[in-house]
Amino acid sequence: MPASSAGIRDVEPPARGDRYKVEDSRMADTVQSWVPGLQQAGVRPSARSGLSKFLRQRSTIAFLFCLPLIAIITCLVIYPAFYSIYLSMLNKAQTRFIGLGNFSYLLSRDVFWMVVQQSAIFALSAVFFKALIGLITAHLINNLPAKGQRKWRGMLLVPWVIPLALSSLGWWWLFDPTHSAFNWILTGLGFDEVPWLSNPYWARFSVILVNVWYGAPFFLIMYLAALKSVPEQLYEAAAIDGANAWQKFIHITLPMMRNIIAITVLFSLIVTFANFDIVQIMTAGGPRNMTHVFATYAFLLGIRSGDLPLGAATSLFMFPILAIAAVFILRGVRKRGREIG
Amino acid sequence: MSSTTMAMPAATGMRRHASLRRDRRWALITSYVFLIIFAIFFLIPPYYMVVTALKSDAEVAHMATNPWIIANGITLDQFKILFTQTDFLIFFKNTAIVTTCVVVITMVVSVLAAFSLGRMRFWGSSILATGIFLTYLVPDTLLFLPLFQIVKAVGLLNSYWGMVLVYPTLTVPFCTWIMIGYFQSIPKELDEAALIDGAGHMQMLLKIFIPVALPGIIAATIFAFTVSWAAFVYPMAFLYSADQQVLTVGTVTSLIRADVYKWGMLMAGALVAAAPPLVIYAFLMDYYIAGLTAGATKG
Amino acid sequence: MAEVALHQVVKKYGEVEAVRAIDLDIPDNEFVVLVGPSGCGKSTTLRMIAGLEEVTSGNISIGGEVVNDLPPKDRDIAMVFQNYALYPHMTAFENMSFGLKLRKLPKAEIRQRVEQAARILDITELLDRRPKALSGGQRQRVAMGRAIVRNPKVFLFDEPLSNLDAKLRVQMRTEIKRVHQKVKTTTVYVTHDQVEAMTLADRVVVMNHGRIEQIGTPQELYHHPRTRFVAGFIGSPAMNFIPCRLEQNGAGMRARISDAIAFPVPAANEGRYRPVVGKDLVLGLRPEHITEPRHNGRDDGRDFTATLDVVEPMGMETMVFFTIKGTEICGRVEPSSAADAGAPMRLYANIDHMHLIDPASGAVI
Repeated sequence: MPASSAGIRDVEPPARGDRYKVEDSRMADTVQSWVPGLQQAGVRPSARSGLSKFLRQRSTIAFLFCLPLIAIITCLVIYPAFYSIYLSMLNKAQTRFIGLGNFSYLLSRDVFWMVVQQSAIFALSAVFFKALIGLITAHLINNLPAKGQRKWRGMLLVPWVIPLALSSLGWWWLFDPTHSAFNWILTGLGFDEVPWLSNPYWARFSVILVNVWYGAPFFLIMYLAALKSVPEQLYEAAAIDGANAWQKFIHITLPMMRNIIAITVLFSLIVTFANFDIVQIMTAGGPRNMTHVFATYAFLLGIRSGDLPLGAATSLFMFPILAIAAVFILRGVRKRGREIG
Repeated sequence: MSSTTMAMPAATGMRRHASLRRDRRWALITSYVFLIIFAIFFLIPPYYMVVTALKSDAEVAHMATNPWIIANGITLDQFKILFTQTDFLIFFKNTAIVTTCVVVITMVVSVLAAFSLGRMRFWGSSILATGIFLTYLVPDTLLFLPLFQIVKAVGLLNSYWGMVLVYPTLTVPFCTWIMIGYFQSIPKELDEAALIDGAGHMQMLLKIFIPVALPGIIAATIFAFTVSWAAFVYPMAFLYSADQQVLTVGTVTSLIRADVYKWGMLMAGALVAAAPPLVIYAFLMDYYIAGLTAGATKG
Repeated sequence: MAEVALHQVVKKYGEVEAVRAIDLDIPDNEFVVLVGPSGCGKSTTLRMIAGLEEVTSGNISIGGEVVNDLPPKDRDIAMVFQNYALYPHMTAFENMSFGLKLRKLPKAEIRQRVEQAARILDITELLDRRPKALSGGQRQRVAMGRAIVRNPKVFLFDEPLSNLDAKLRVQMRTEIKRVHQKVKTTTVYVTHDQVEAMTLADRVVVMNHGRIEQIGTPQELYHHPRTRFVAGFIGSPAMNFIPCRLEQNGAGMRARISDAIAFPVPAANEGRYRPVVGKDLVLGLRPEHITEPRHNGRDDGRDFTATLDVVEPMGMETMVFFTIKGTEICGRVEPSSAADAGAPMRLYANIDHMHLIDPASGAVI
């Protein structure tokens, strides 16, 4: 966390641990104001006006404050989610209920299986290299003298800040078949030109490369924050115990960061798996549909070909994987929440 | 005799000290070398975009010169064309309107909800907080097709107001989530003191919570801004005419269609479109990063 | 200004009783300290008076009016918190005036009140600073200032000195006392520190397990504790509790603590102790009442010899520790006394200050 937000916490010294036991104010709040039944359990039901009304009012207001949020989530996330299931069971013209027809159709298509395969390759390899590069760069920056760190961090985060659609355009230009600036260097060095986006396998490589370029800075920032949260004394104690740099990394850094690494990897897995911008802009799924991922294929079927139900069915195939990752992230975040306070 | 024995450990000590320092220096040099390599990798595309945007069309089209440098002089022609002969400014205006509305909606909705969930609580509020986090993990590409139907049903298909409607699904959950964390880090005694001082709920939120959690508010605002500025799937799916288009999709589709790969102008457009997030990042880096890391470290 | 009265006040959190039917009357202008170990219900009691917690049953009244159902802002109280709870984004002046502003007082009056309070607390030159720029003691003063400007019926203090270092704590203690003497507002003060309680209070309320153990002036609590808990809690180092048997000794009585040692009971206490003769009891004797022999060689049965385990010189006095039948006992002797760890020492028990405690009920007899 930057100094700005840490500053707030410095103002108020933390409450002394021993003070809160039965007297814990949060407990009071918890029990009193969110279990409505308890308030009525008072001994003198007649005189319950002011304070308890105030508290009841408080939870009513709390609910009202949440209403806009609940409305947004209900109307634009939960409802579409269920509607999506319904939609995926209609025919193309949305006139007839065809049950699991769209799903079985997809499963029978080679292209769909290629999409599954490419999505997995795309997500797993991209996340792996993002995590690796993030970890390495975070360590390198952490090694620098404190005053240089900010500058480097600022510089290396730039790919994350540029809207992905626009940087993908830049990459496309770098990969342009006739004008590729990379090929200019390669031919200058005496190598053959690389068909970056026209050969299916190079195209797969290229979209993954762009994704790594875009996502690695996110890992860098997360890991750098985690590295900073490892108490310096642990390293000093390890140094006195005779640990070298590698041992310190294996026995202190990694265990201390395990949770944040897991959260970041899972989170990135979701985002990468569901990525749309890079593939859509650079290859639009081609050549020969070999770079399609779920999102672009769903877009192709649903919007371009106008078969919304089939597209919705394609999207829904993402759901199980995303749900599993989400559950593990939630567990990790909760655990980390407990660890840090 | 005594002087030699005295000098001996001092000498080895110095030698050891010197070698420690040398090790340290080598580690530092290695770090810098690798960092420079990574920095080149990370900065190549933006660099190349800038270089291309500042070249003349002729130089871009011909491969005679080194593409990595500007050989025939810097020119702002590409920007001139961009602003005068394309719909770019319309896209920019549309994006600005959409983003402003989305940021305002997001902040109002999520600050109210976070204040409620982080402080006041009610029956079911902890389940709701978990639900918000899970919603934040739902990617935009999962539900864009059913949303297409919904946007169509409310008559906002091919209107940027449709974006104002759907973007909050991308921003509100995360902003609420991190604001809950910021609000919870405010000592409980502070609102008790305000309660005794006679503040009502709204006064407590406006006069105590928002000013105290200002860094969080800024981080959340930046997040909402960058997400709605960069959103791509929804406008790609829901908008098709140029007068309603936003920057990301407009730059990538309309500008290309307008001409046969005028790369110089395309890069100029991409740069101008990417400028607002970059400027915000340059000035508010700490808040930006706070917002980025908050998702996993708070809550 | 007003009196505060608690009548049969109970606080339950679900099934847990944090405060169990306490009665407390605080007259106008009095400075009352609630003291007890953590979890004894003292803070909960204070927070119920403040209106931050609801009363499960019973009545709280301020100035004769039952306030159970009033929200905090309508109770006309002011509270100082352990962590000061200053609004970090406001200057000291704004912190102090926030409550007045919410009550829509005229600007001029706000300024006048804040400045007056600042003069009392000697923080006039700090009024433009934010809490971050203030030291712990200064923050504490601002927090008190915020309470004073409101000119409330009652001041509530919730362990206000716990976050300060030892030296500052003593200084602020004096400060609080001085302010109270000046403004004379009824004050309820919560602390776990018995020294704070003794020095500040007109009356001390000792609480334990949600009950009031004893209410009294500091002197009463020190000299006449009614329970073993109060006897042990008040005074530092804590009172020695030595198992003993009360024996009839001719016309008198004596408290036998070992085969070799038995102290004669002062004649004044004999009446009270008559019913418990022959029983196993606990003898309570403060360290300051175990000293080196102070009489002129006349042995009245109060002298005894003990082998010292530990000797702790403190400067103005020396603490000696020894063990009798497995009970560690602490005594307080002059630094000039020849006290050595491992060596026997002749000691004197000032049995005039003895307490006898029923080990079953914990009551002082």
